[in-house]
Amino acid sequence: MSDLRPIQKFRHRHLLGIEGLSAADIVTLLDMAEDAIEVSRQIEKKRATLRGRTLINLFFEASTRTQSSFELAGKRLGADVMNMSVAMSSVKKGETLIDTAVTLNAMRPDIIVVRHAQAGAVHLLAKKIDCAVVNAGDGAHEHPTQALLDALTIRRNKGRIEGLTVTICGDILHSRVARSNILLLSTLGAHVRAVGPSTLMPVGIERMGVEVCRDMKSALKDADIVMMLRLQRERMSGAFVPSSREYFRSFGLDAEKLGYADKDALVMHPGPMNRGVEIDSSIADGPQSLIREQVEMGVAVRMAVLAALAEHLPNG
Amino acid sequence: MQTPSTPAIAHQPLALINGRLVDPATGKETRGGVLVVDGVIRDLGAAVVSAMLPSHARAIDCAGDVVAPGLIDMCAFVGEPGAEHRETIATATAAAAAGGVTTILARPDTNPPIDEPAVVDFLLRRARDTGHVRVLPVAALTKRLEGSEIAEIGLLQEAGAVAFSDAAKSLRNAQVMRRVMAYARDFDALVIHHAEDPDLAAEGVMNEGELATRLGLTGIPREAEAIVLDRDIRLVALTGTRYHAGLISTKMSLDAIRAAKKAGLPITCATSINHLTLNENDIGDYRTFLKLAPPLRAEDERRALVTALAEGLIDVIVSDHNPQDVDTKRLPFAEAEYGAIGLETMLSAGLRLVHSGEVKLPRLLAAMSSCPAEILGLPQGRLAVGAPADLIRFDPDEPYVLDPTRLHSRSKNTPFDEAKMQGRVKLTMVAGQVVWEG
Repeated sequence: MSDLRPIQKFRHRHLLGIEGLSAADIVTLLDMAEDAIEVSRQIEKKRATLRGRTLINLFFEASTRTQSSFELAGKRLGADVMNMSVAMSSVKKGETLIDTAVTLNAMRPDIIVVRHAQAGAVHLLAKKIDCAVVNAGDGAHEHPTQALLDALTIRRNKGRIEGLTVTICGDILHSRVARSNILLLSTLGAHVRAVGPSTLMPVGIERMGVEVCRDMKSALKDADIVMMLRLQRERMSGAFVPSSREYFRSFGLDAEKLGYADKDALVMHPGPMNRGVEIDSSIADGPQSLIREQVEMGVAVRMAVLAALAEHLPNG
Repeated sequence: MQTPSTPAIAHQPLALINGRLVDPATGKETRGGVLVVDGVIRDLGAAVVSAMLPSHARAIDCAGDVVAPGLIDMCAFVGEPGAEHRETIATATAAAAAGGVTTILARPDTNPPIDEPAVVDFLLRRARDTGHVRVLPVAALTKRLEGSEIAEIGLLQEAGAVAFSDAAKSLRNAQVMRRVMAYARDFDALVIHHAEDPDLAAEGVMNEGELATRLGLTGIPREAEAIVLDRDIRLVALTGTRYHAGLISTKMSLDAIRAAKKAGLPITCATSINHLTLNENDIGDYRTFLKLAPPLRAEDERRALVTALAEGLIDVIVSDHNPQDVDTKRLPFAEAEYGAIGLETMLSAGLRLVHSGEVKLPRLLAAMSSCPAEILGLPQGRLAVGAPADLIRFDPDEPYVLDPTRLHSRSKNTPFDEAKMQGRVKLTMVAGQVVWEG
């Protein structure tokens, strides 16, 4: 293949979230990502899909892996990539967002990839600029490319998503990864469970089609996929959870707890990991872990997303 | 755009004839007219027809439109002093006049706050010089609205404050609240309180529930309101103070108010026009104009508020007019300011409830005029001989689409942006002087 093209029409101008995507949209992106994996595994990794296009990575929140993953994806598709990290501390919040949007818009980029600490910030920005916008994480709202790469990883290892039991463990309350995954996996027909301390479980999450569990034993019973979430250290000193050791005792994934799951269960983590807090090293590096593969899938999925949005760019 | 005029003393007798007179205080409707002489209602009823008017009187034919007392809004932010870029008394009262509001209670959370008799005096003088309708200051309950030291309730009342409140700030400390209430009782002062536990509400920016979870926004539980209201009700029982819950938004609060009233406590309550006509779903795609304090709740809560209004359990509807400039609203939802303007649209929005058959027109008007008047001890807000001639004429059915650029407020943060409305004010009169003809 010379170019990455959607097999079916992808009708969205932006990728702001999984919300609003149909099952067909998601499958289109996953199928394109399969092609992108092949591209990335060749010696000649460059394609011309985005040749002459400008991609801006606009990160209001620090991120190593997501930003570099988008950068690589853009470069492999032939785009010129510019990385902008905007420090939030020095400038008054908010002003930066709109001001930066207007400034960047004047530079006539084709695609902007945005991460911001506030839910809805990427939507707001998308209203202010003319080019395609990709949400690389907005507050506790959505992180659609993470959910897509997780789905791709699952599909490649299990051959399907429909009918699988996927358990998401940990800090659901603050997690955009959890929300996007819940939306995506339930759209594709998986059975999704959520487990974590009640202080980190958002109110009404069961109405998103999730089975909420109180302990790891019931949550992991017969699970096909165990998806661990990162728990930030500042939330483990009494505000939400009394201590990291108590958290690990209840919800940290070790061999014993993984034993509750299906014997072929696979383990995932969006990274970066707190080893010994939410996941034991022997599990993270063990044979059931897909964590390294997730990173490779990240680049492929982002290539697919960028290529799909390129269909709608002017003169595309 | 039309600009309302400033009221002065009206010498020429004036009559509104051929109207549908609605007296919210009694619920009575009659066909007829109202004769106004020297700023007060001289005569009213079926006998007021053009033939019997004094020869030099000006007669306005109302063509069957509703004639009712001007509205009294118990909660509006007027911008002065300190936030003139958002609103001034001139622009707020222009919006009020166009919306049929003839008396505004001005919130004390200005800069400086209304916690000094001199600021009360400033506000009254500014209102006299630049206002189109009556403006009455609400003074602070605690100094600097900090919730720790009792404000000079006696001196502030003497200067002209009609009620006491810390605006959108809720008193955290029960001991301070008890003392404020006990002290206010000595002056028979009305305590207006925004009941919301600041610790439980914490970083919350919208109603807690499925929608907040989907949007990834931090929720404010309904209990944050109920817990403080429950505490306050017990302190009212302890102190005997006249207490007005400034803006309630939940069924739990309604239950608490119902029980308190049944027990004979001197408690009244208000909700806002927004909470009666909008719900959390209107936030949609992070619309910051719908970011309000307390937050818009779920539809079943809204419906309970409407029922409570119809029953009279909710005494008062406020506009909760809170002008915000674009810079503080064009931000990510969590960072945006709270508040929406409402003076000019309060009546039209309220009429939705009348058109849907949920609330009778006299009851709606009572919650915006005679009930606030009674709570505040004001002579206006009723159709009665001898009452101040603060009157409005409106066609409750006239449809229009709200164009925010035509609103008189200096800020345009209306939640009814481009909404279909029904019912428009055609004339507003303050003390017998016509301040608005639309």
